[in-house]
Amino acid sequence: MAYFTQQLINAITLGAIYGLIAIGYTMVYGIIGMINFAHGEVFMIGAFISLIGFIICGSLGISSAPIAIVLVLLLAMSFSAVYGWAIERTAYRPLRGSFRLAPLISAIGVSIALQNYVQLAQGARPKPGGQVVSGGFNLFTADGFDVRVTWLQIIIVLVTVVLMAGFTWVIAKTSLGRQQRACEQDMKMASLLGVNVDRTISLTFVLGAALAAVAGMLFLMYYGVIDFFIGFLAGIKAFTAAVLGGIGSLPGAMLGGLLIGLIEVFWAGYFSSEYKDVAAFAILVLVLIFRPSGLLGKPEIEKV
Amino acid sequence: MGPRLPLMLKDAGLTAFVAAALGFFVVGFRTVDQGGGKGLGFDYQLVDLAVAVVAIFVGRLGLSMAANGLRWPAIALGIAMIAAGASPMKLPSGFLHWFVALGGVLLVIRAVWPWANDAMGAAARTPSGVALGKAGAKWFGWLLLAGAVLLPAMPFADQKTMDLGVLILTYVMLGWGLNIVVGLAGLLDLGYVAFYAVGAYAYALLSTQYGLGFWTVLPLAGMMAALFGIMLGFPVLRLRGDYLAIVTLGFGEIIRLVLLNWFDLTNGPAGIGSIPGPTLFGAVFAETPPPGKQTVSEMLGIAFDGNHRLIFLYYIILGLALITNLFTQRMRRLPVGRAWEALREDETACQALGINPTNTKLTAFAIGAMFAGFAGSFFAAKQRFISPESFVFIESAIILAIVVLGGMGSQIGVVLAAVLLIGLPEWFRDLGNYRMLAFGLAMVLIMVFRPRGLISHREPSIRLHPAGSGGGG
Repeated sequence: MAYFTQQLINAITLGAIYGLIAIGYTMVYGIIGMINFAHGEVFMIGAFISLIGFIICGSLGISSAPIAIVLVLLLAMSFSAVYGWAIERTAYRPLRGSFRLAPLISAIGVSIALQNYVQLAQGARPKPGGQVVSGGFNLFTADGFDVRVTWLQIIIVLVTVVLMAGFTWVIAKTSLGRQQRACEQDMKMASLLGVNVDRTISLTFVLGAALAAVAGMLFLMYYGVIDFFIGFLAGIKAFTAAVLGGIGSLPGAMLGGLLIGLIEVFWAGYFSSEYKDVAAFAILVLVLIFRPSGLLGKPEIEKV
Repeated sequence: MGPRLPLMLKDAGLTAFVAAALGFFVVGFRTVDQGGGKGLGFDYQLVDLAVAVVAIFVGRLGLSMAANGLRWPAIALGIAMIAAGASPMKLPSGFLHWFVALGGVLLVIRAVWPWANDAMGAAARTPSGVALGKAGAKWFGWLLLAGAVLLPAMPFADQKTMDLGVLILTYVMLGWGLNIVVGLAGLLDLGYVAFYAVGAYAYALLSTQYGLGFWTVLPLAGMMAALFGIMLGFPVLRLRGDYLAIVTLGFGEIIRLVLLNWFDLTNGPAGIGSIPGPTLFGAVFAETPPPGKQTVSEMLGIAFDGNHRLIFLYYIILGLALITNLFTQRMRRLPVGRAWEALREDETACQALGINPTNTKLTAFAIGAMFAGFAGSFFAAKQRFISPESFVFIESAIILAIVVLGGMGSQIGVVLAAVLLIGLPEWFRDLGNYRMLAFGLAMVLIMVFRPRGLISHREPSIRLHPAGSGGGG
C-alpha cells in the first residue's frame, strides 16, 4: 500500500508535466487541425532557457528559491513564447491552404532543425542543474516504507493547477478565448465576423509555447538534468495524452496527461522500466484504434 | 524606392529583433561544465549572436528589396554579405563566416531568380526548347539508368564513390518503396524504418543463428516485413491522415525499443555482428575461402580485389531498386494501383464507388513494407553489423523527405531527391550537425516554396482520351 501510494504521488507529478505540454497540442489541433510536431522541441528549449536562467540567478546572488523560480518562470515563458510565434509565422502560416500533409512535414522539419540547433549552440552533453528546491516530508510510514512528498512535487502540482484554472478562464471568459472558440468552429465565418484569424492562431501558439516552457522548467527541476533530445519523447507522450483525453478538449488534455503519467510510473514500478515507453506508445495505438475521439472528445463528423 | 524604404527597414528591424530574442539565451549563453564540481558556467557568445543578428537584418532587408522589384540593391547587399563572409576579417567563429556568406549567396539567387525563371521559361517555349524538353522527359530516366549501370566501369569509381553509390541506391529503393504508401496511396507513414529494421534483423538472425544464405532470406525478409505491415495496418488504417502518421511513428518506436531491450534475441544495443555478405552462386567474396566454400576469384579465375565485393553489392541494390520501380510502374496500371490513387484523391467518393478503403490501403502498406524488408536485409548484408542505432526516427524522416522533395508519386523525382539529400551531405560529412540543421530547414523551405516537390508534374496513370486523339469532348 505504501509503495502504491508513493508511486501514485510520483505519477501525479509526472502527469501534471505531460498535461501542461498536452494543452499546447490540443489547442493547436483544435484550432487549425494540425499536429504541431515541433511542440516537444519548444518544451525542450523552455527547459534550456530555465537552466540558463537558474545559473544566471545563481551568479547574481539570488538565493531565495521562490524569487528565483518566479523570475525564471517569467523568463522561460516569455522567451519560449517567441519561439512558438516564430515557428507558426515562418513554417506553418505560409502553408495554410496547402495540401493536407504539408504542415505536418514542415513541422517535422522544424523539429529536426530545432534539435540540432540546440545541440550546436549548447552541446550534446546532458546538462545538470535547476535543483533549487529540496526537502520534503514523510506522509506516513507503513510496512517500513516511508511515503515521501517533496516540496518540489507540491510546487509542480500547484503550478499546474493554477495555470490550468487560469487557462480555462481565458478560454471561457475572455475575448481571446471567444475568438479562439470561434476560429475552432468555423475559421472563414469567424473572419467574416471580424475576428482576426491570423492573430488568434498566433496567440494560440504563443500560449501553448508558454505552457510548454513551464513544463520544461518543472521537468528540469524534477529530474535535474536535461539534454537536447528530451523534446522528442516528452512530445510524443504529451501528444498521446492529448489524444487519450480527446484532442481539442482542455480537461481532456489534463486527464490524458495524468493517465499517461500513471501508466508510465506504474509500469516502471511494477513491471519493467525498459518497456515503459513501449507501454505509452501501445496505449496511443490502442486508443486511436478503439476510441479515436478520446475519453472526453466529441466524435468527428467528416464533411464532404 | 523612397516611401517603401522605411517600411522595409522596419520589417528588417523586427525580424532582427525576433532573431535576437530567439538566440539570446540559447546561443548567447553557452552552458559549459566548469569542472571541479563547480557545476555549469557560461561561455558567452553574445558577440557571435550580434554578428548573426546584423547578418539577418541585412539579409531580410535584401529579401524585401528583391520582393519589391529592387533587384540591383538586393544583389549589391548579397555581394556585400558574400564579401564580408569570405573576407579575412576575423569574425568570432568559423561558422559565422559560412552563415554570412551563404546568406549572401541565397540573397543573390533570390534576386536573380525572376530573371532566370523568365529566361528559362522563354527558352523552353522556343520550338527547339519544346523538342528538347520532350526528349529530355522521355530519355532522362534511361540516361540515368545507363549512367548507374556503367558507374563501376568509370575511371573515377574508387571505393568512396562506390560506397556512396550503394548508399544512394539504398535510399532510392527505400524512397520508391515509401512512394507506394505516401505518394500513391496518400498514407503518411512516419515509421517506415521499422519495416527496414524487420528486414535487417530477419537476415541478421537467420544467417547468424541458422546459417541461411542471403538469397534464401531475401524473400523471407520481405514477407516478414509485409506481415508486420499487415499486422500494423489492419487495425490502424481506418484512421485519418495525421493520426495514422503518429500511430506509425509510435509503431516504429515500439519496434526500436523492443530491438533495444530484447537481449536474448537481438543482443540489445550491442547489435549483431559478423553477418555474412551475399554470395555469387555460392561463392563468397573473400581473399581466403572459409572451410567448405569457394571464393569468387577462384571460381571466376581472376585476381582477388577488395573492390569486387563492393561492385557486386552495387549491382544487387541497383537490381533490387529497379525491381521496386518496375513493380510500382506495373501496379499503377492494375485496378488496385488505380484504386490507391483514387483513394488518395477522395476517400469518400471511393467508398461510394464500392472500393474497400481498408483492404486497398492494406495492400499498399504491405507492399511498401515488403520493399523496405528487402532493403533492410541488403543493408544487414552490406554492413555486416546492425544495431538499433541504425533504425531511429530520423531515418524515417529522411526517407519521407526524399519522397516529398522528389514530388510525391514521381519515380524519377525520388532519384533526384536521393542524390541531393544523401549524396550532397555525404560529401560534407565534416560539417556534422550543421548538416542535420540544414536538412530540417530544407524540409520547411521545400514545403513553403515548392510543396509539390521537384518533379511536380505527374503524368496521369490513365487518360480517358489518349493525348493527341482530339478527345475531351
